[in-house]
Amino acid sequence: MKLTTKLMAATALVAAPAVQAAELEVTHWWTSGGEAAAVAELAEAWEAAGNTWIDGAIAGSGGTARPIIISRIIGGDPMAATQLNHGRQAEELIEAGLLTDLTEVAEANNWAEIINPPSLLEACTFEGRVYCAPLNIHSAQWLWLSRDAYETAGVDVPNDWNEFVAAAPALEEAGIVPLAMGQQGWQQNIAFGDITVAIAGVDNMLAVLRDKDADVAAGPEYTAVFEAVATARELARDSNVQDWNLATNMVITGQAGGQLMGDWAQGEFQVAGQVAGEDYECLPGLGLNQVLDTGGDAFYFPVIDDEETRAAQLEMAEMLVSPEVQVAFNLAKGSLPVRGDVDLSAANDCMQKGLAILASGDGILPSGDMALSQDSTIQVEDLMAEFWSSDMSAADAQERYVDIISSAD
Amino acid sequence: MSDHVSDPSAPAKRPVQLFRNLSAKIASIPMILTALVVFVGGTAWTVVHSFTSSRMLPKLEFVGFDQYERLWSTRRWMISIENLAIYGVCSLILTLLIGFTLAALLDRKIRFENTFRTIFLYPFALSFVVTGLAWQWILNPDFGLQSVVRDWGWESFAFDPLNNSEIVIFGILIAGIWQGSGLIMCIMLAGLRGIDEDIWKAARVDGIGTVKTYVRVIIPMMRPVFITALVLIASGIIKLYDLVVAQTNGGPGISSEVPAKYVIEYMFRAQNLGQGFAASTMMLVSVIVILIPWAYLEFGGRKRG
Amino acid sequence: MVDVAMTGPRGPKPKKAFSSRNIMLYGILILISVYYLLPLYVMIVTSLKGMPEIRLGNVFSPPLEITTAAWTKAWSQACTGINCDGLSRGFWNSVQILVPSLILSISVASVNGYALSHWKFKGSETFFTILIIGAFIPYQTMLYPIVILLREIGLMGDLGGLVLVHTVFGMPILTLLFRNYFTSIPEELFKAARVDGAGFWGIYFRIMLPMALPIFVVAMILQVTGIWNDFLFGVIYTKPDTYPMTVQLNNIVNSVQGVKEYNVNMAATLLTGLVPLVIYFASGKLFVRGIAAGAVKG
Repeated sequence: MKLTTKLMAATALVAAPAVQAAELEVTHWWTSGGEAAAVAELAEAWEAAGNTWIDGAIAGSGGTARPIIISRIIGGDPMAATQLNHGRQAEELIEAGLLTDLTEVAEANNWAEIINPPSLLEACTFEGRVYCAPLNIHSAQWLWLSRDAYETAGVDVPNDWNEFVAAAPALEEAGIVPLAMGQQGWQQNIAFGDITVAIAGVDNMLAVLRDKDADVAAGPEYTAVFEAVATARELARDSNVQDWNLATNMVITGQAGGQLMGDWAQGEFQVAGQVAGEDYECLPGLGLNQVLDTGGDAFYFPVIDDEETRAAQLEMAEMLVSPEVQVAFNLAKGSLPVRGDVDLSAANDCMQKGLAILASGDGILPSGDMALSQDSTIQVEDLMAEFWSSDMSAADAQERYVDIISSAD
Repeated sequence: MSDHVSDPSAPAKRPVQLFRNLSAKIASIPMILTALVVFVGGTAWTVVHSFTSSRMLPKLEFVGFDQYERLWSTRRWMISIENLAIYGVCSLILTLLIGFTLAALLDRKIRFENTFRTIFLYPFALSFVVTGLAWQWILNPDFGLQSVVRDWGWESFAFDPLNNSEIVIFGILIAGIWQGSGLIMCIMLAGLRGIDEDIWKAARVDGIGTVKTYVRVIIPMMRPVFITALVLIASGIIKLYDLVVAQTNGGPGISSEVPAKYVIEYMFRAQNLGQGFAASTMMLVSVIVILIPWAYLEFGGRKRG
Repeated sequence: MVDVAMTGPRGPKPKKAFSSRNIMLYGILILISVYYLLPLYVMIVTSLKGMPEIRLGNVFSPPLEITTAAWTKAWSQACTGINCDGLSRGFWNSVQILVPSLILSISVASVNGYALSHWKFKGSETFFTILIIGAFIPYQTMLYPIVILLREIGLMGDLGGLVLVHTVFGMPILTLLFRNYFTSIPEELFKAARVDGAGFWGIYFRIMLPMALPIFVVAMILQVTGIWNDFLFGVIYTKPDTYPMTVQLNNIVNSVQGVKEYNVNMAATLLTGLVPLVIYFASGKLFVRGIAAGAVKG
């Protein structure tokens, strides 16, 4: 397909009939109900253009899927397209020349203008070239609350984290766990990140995560953060579930007052037939700081030495960002679209809150994924896992956190 | 068989030496290649890269012992080693003990021997992932063993190893022994069947008790059996990974982490290959330190007839 | 000496059929059997329950209402990404991976064991020692070197590559077993064949192979278990169309997002484990016989 044709067909790409039918193998780790439905939207759009989508789903992100994806890429027998969280994960693959340059598609479709927030495209960009197609936005800074639990305890549903902490004794008296927490490092790390945004504020958080400023991490704002996390640990004492969705289920059933978790928790509420604003409440940025990070998923296209495949890869990249696919995919997945110019009126209350924050332009954080390396993230997760399951003091935890930040790269 | 075994210590006097046992040598090429290219080569590759700053992809940017310094100052690694030590010692002793006891019980001319043996052995057919999941369920405090005993009326009964960081490794041990002891039982049973009946007769004539006969006479006679069992158990212990992932995923906190999990997590989740390689090199070094002297005595140092 | 296991139990003879000692013996055996059977029982019972019952009851209670819905779902409906045809898709793929891997790995290991027992040559024991040490290396740490190796010999992404990997990782334990077994074959047999002028392969095919059935059974059982349960290599060296059954199992069991359907998980687990389980239940006696022959002679 010629570039000029592409320019002309830019807005209605899926209908472009000029392209030869292509067969692309796509690897991803979206295997749950809602996720699979979202992938089905992608596959449908792709096949509507006369192509074939060969689905290579592998459940279990990170630890399970990544060695498989990377082995196949460095083994010289890659899939045609693969999901990876965008950010620093793919830098080395790009440096090694193993990923397809998508710059021509990005320029032809004016991604620089339409993708909002721009940090998403930045995360895909390496030395001025674009290497991935951002697909959606997930944010982690949400406090999910059970109306039922607060009604049972006879107190008002909190409007921010401070009220949440203040209302905890009433919940405990009613036999309700104030804070549901799955006992896994990554979940506890999300809670830590959420509390950091709410209490230390965006500037301090960026100083630590992006600039690796250990002094800020050792400073009074972070002391307050660690003390708040210690409080949260007390509130979650009686929560002994492991999986995040089981923790969400405690909120759904009113066994727990709230949960700190990313927006994917909404899928659970939806499956349980709950309605945002009626059965459950959501507080982005914990009600204190209206900010969200903009992590999310992106597709990368390993280099395959075949001109037709390359053309098909570019075509798929273009399709992923197209308005139709963005709407269909994100409504199914419960995530936010990567472009602000699409109509999402079908979205529920909580999604609308998220969209409003994105549209306002302030209060957008880089995702931890983009700022800290995966290596440092794991170290923080380990620290959190240990902190939450022991009696480690807030001061000790802060000290070890400072160590991790000062040696981070 | 010494007549056709070329003495390893004899120097190759004639060029013909190379062509002696030629077919055997040709037939052994796959083994030699595996040993040299995959095991030695792969290990060397790993060791070399453990001195680099490799992240997501292997790269030869050397950083000396940095990865090792970091490894030994990481709490998670220390906890992993401690867990492996506890698990290893307990698993070794208990698996041998249970395996031998079961074999001895089955060897007493009992009825339904086949049935019992199959029951003890079948867990070995199941993967560690399955084992971990099944035991995670049984040990679940809310609807597993603990709640059942409480329903029977023993209200204060508490058995929740998977959520207690002090004893979580024993929760994993229960599942590990369940999975592996059957095979050891089989090996022991086979060993017992190889013992001459006259020995039992002699013991009876001398008035030596059953237990005493086992300890004093039978077990020493079964040394090769114990060695095979030991290799199997020990190699399983070092590789302990899937079971932990399925059962606790290292939790609560990081209290049930094990070295193999550390290696794999750092290689693939943290994308710090250098650190993962350093950890796996440490594992390998400890294996070699234990194994080489033993392997030398067992396979290399003496000839058998 | 080879068929030591075929003779009966050698332990001390129990005295009377219903002596208190016997009752204790069977009591202990039955008690231990409960420990071994419990997980299987839990898996079967759970797989036959509906989700509401699972949420309410304890894991040991028998199902109030038996339903095979979970089994049907696991076999033919559970989703792997967008393909919702359950484990059935992977079953034949697994068979196609299993058969060549089984044949090659056992052939190679049996020849190794034979060479190591009767045809030792300079250095053969060293290679063997390296192999045994190799048994202690976690597979995952060898992943990248192997990927690079396969890329260099052009077998990456090929069924041949997967077969090779299974052969390599099955080699240490299998070679140990075959070596021990062939060592126990009487020297006289071997010498007589040499006098008759039989060579390396002649003796292997005419004398050793026919005597080695029990140990082949053991090797087969061990390899079926290992290869069938393998996930990591199976997924790296195949394409989505030929993913083994364990990939689907992983996707069903490890889908962290969404509601966990424990009954489907358990049914899927049992279905995937069925092939090795059946082989174990069917060949228990042969297995002990082979083990007796292969493991005992150290």
